[in-house]
Amino acid sequence: MGGGRRRLTPYLLLLPGAAWLLVFFAVPMALMLVMSLQQGSVSGGYHLTWNWGIYPEVAGQYGNLFIRSIGFALTATVLTLAIGYPVAYTIAFYGGRLKNALLLVVIMPFFVSFVIRTLNWRMVLSDNGLVFGTLKDLGWLDPAFRFLATPASVIFGLTYNFLPFMVLPLYVALEKIDRRMIEAAGDLYANRARAFLRITFPLSLPGVVAGSLLTFIPAVGDFINADIIGARNPEVAMVGNVIQRLFLSVNDFPAAAALGFVLVAGTMFLVGLYTLVVGTEGLTS
Amino acid sequence: MSSRVGRWLLPGFTALVVAFLFAPIVVMIAFSFNNPRGHQNITWQGFTLDNYLTIWSRPDITDPMVTSLTVAIVSTVVATAFGTMIALALTRYEFSGRGALNLLIFIPMSAPEIILGASLLTLWVSLGAGRGFLTILVAHIMFNISYVVVTIRARLIGFNKSLEEAGMDLYANERTVFWKVTFPLIFPGILAAALLAFALSIDDYIITLFSAGHTVTFPLWVYGASRIGIPPEVNALGTLFFMIAFVFIAVQVWAGRRGQGEAGAPVPVASR
Repeated sequence: MGGGRRRLTPYLLLLPGAAWLLVFFAVPMALMLVMSLQQGSVSGGYHLTWNWGIYPEVAGQYGNLFIRSIGFALTATVLTLAIGYPVAYTIAFYGGRLKNALLLVVIMPFFVSFVIRTLNWRMVLSDNGLVFGTLKDLGWLDPAFRFLATPASVIFGLTYNFLPFMVLPLYVALEKIDRRMIEAAGDLYANRARAFLRITFPLSLPGVVAGSLLTFIPAVGDFINADIIGARNPEVAMVGNVIQRLFLSVNDFPAAAALGFVLVAGTMFLVGLYTLVVGTEGLTS
Repeated sequence: MSSRVGRWLLPGFTALVVAFLFAPIVVMIAFSFNNPRGHQNITWQGFTLDNYLTIWSRPDITDPMVTSLTVAIVSTVVATAFGTMIALALTRYEFSGRGALNLLIFIPMSAPEIILGASLLTLWVSLGAGRGFLTILVAHIMFNISYVVVTIRARLIGFNKSLEEAGMDLYANERTVFWKVTFPLIFPGILAAALLAFALSIDDYIITLFSAGHTVTFPLWVYGASRIGIPPEVNALGTLFFMIAFVFIAVQVWAGRRGQGEAGAPVPVASR
């Protein structure tokens, strides 16, 4: 073996897939940056004018939108962590032979399409729906009460839809912990709370970080929850809703591209921090 | 863990969370049997199986389903082939540019989906390309490649090279060794990757929306049809898909348990 053919083999193997990703992922990303610096209209065509001024412009116009999106996504991330950690812990430490089956039960609802799941939540949580309609009929709730279209409703949707992204990495991290270390803490007269805080939780931190990233990133760019459960209320719109509207309805491509680029730059910053910790090999394994 | 927390609190909490997770699914299944008057499918009116029977004769439902299935099958086949090749290159060869390749694979998975969709739209607009079936297909292949690479790579890392060397010692040439030894060994990984790709493709709404033009896939139809209420047919189809996935996973788990091996590892789920 050895020789030229052997050295070429890896490149031939990765060529079609890598070329596809270059042309249909990397190039479009670069084009989006270029598009944001252009001026013009759909009918008259766009010209590259290196209009960097678009960035302060969208920052001024949509700054609040970014703050809201980050706030919603952060809140949802904290909630998924608070809900997901005990679940992952229970499965990892008390699952026994049923671990895999329990994990499947947790992710099974997500075999139903994202859109259909969210639509059914909208129905359940609607003003006169199963939950609030019943409470209103019982007289326990003000008939004017509304949950849909509130910030809480969007955060609720995000929390529900991204919960498995938190539970799975948490489970993987907790499952790997050597139980003898926790027993050792007990032998050294640490009580259970202290053993958890000093041993289990620190060792599960990689899962906490990975799960938080996997939840926060799709949540901050999401527009389906704000669209469906948020009932298109502009006051709970997220940055994704505006990008979608500017691209597909208003056709203000430069502003849409600028918003998109800011979103991707922020995301890549977070991923970059993560990469510094785990390295590029760690990203895909 | 103190017995009370371990025995009651944590399992109780987990059970509550599972109930929460299944709540919209239970509602979906129940309302797929609802017999609504008018378009509002929000209160229970009566039991019927009609929703399961009428969908097959409604082209406004079956056409998007056929489109979605076609896109899912073709994109799965192409992405699985390309992704398997990349995974092989990454795990069994030395070459320069690994870091860049890892990033090229990782970033599409980590960027918000709306970015992938919107940037592709920028490409279609810049090229003056009409959007439709082909652009959807291109987009789905793109986002599926990364997931395939990651899934298969995980299987290849624990791969025992001595089996291939044994093949070589027995005078098999490289091609024979690949098809007789390597491929059968990594086939479960390829299958898992293909299933994941299929699930991601058939459920994709966000990226598709930006590449669709006037072509309607199943998730796009669902979204459009549910502006006000959810037509019972949507819940019927959701229930059918859920049942198919359920049976499939149950069989896989059962087979995995019998095989006592890695085959039972759950397929990660498409949930975006």
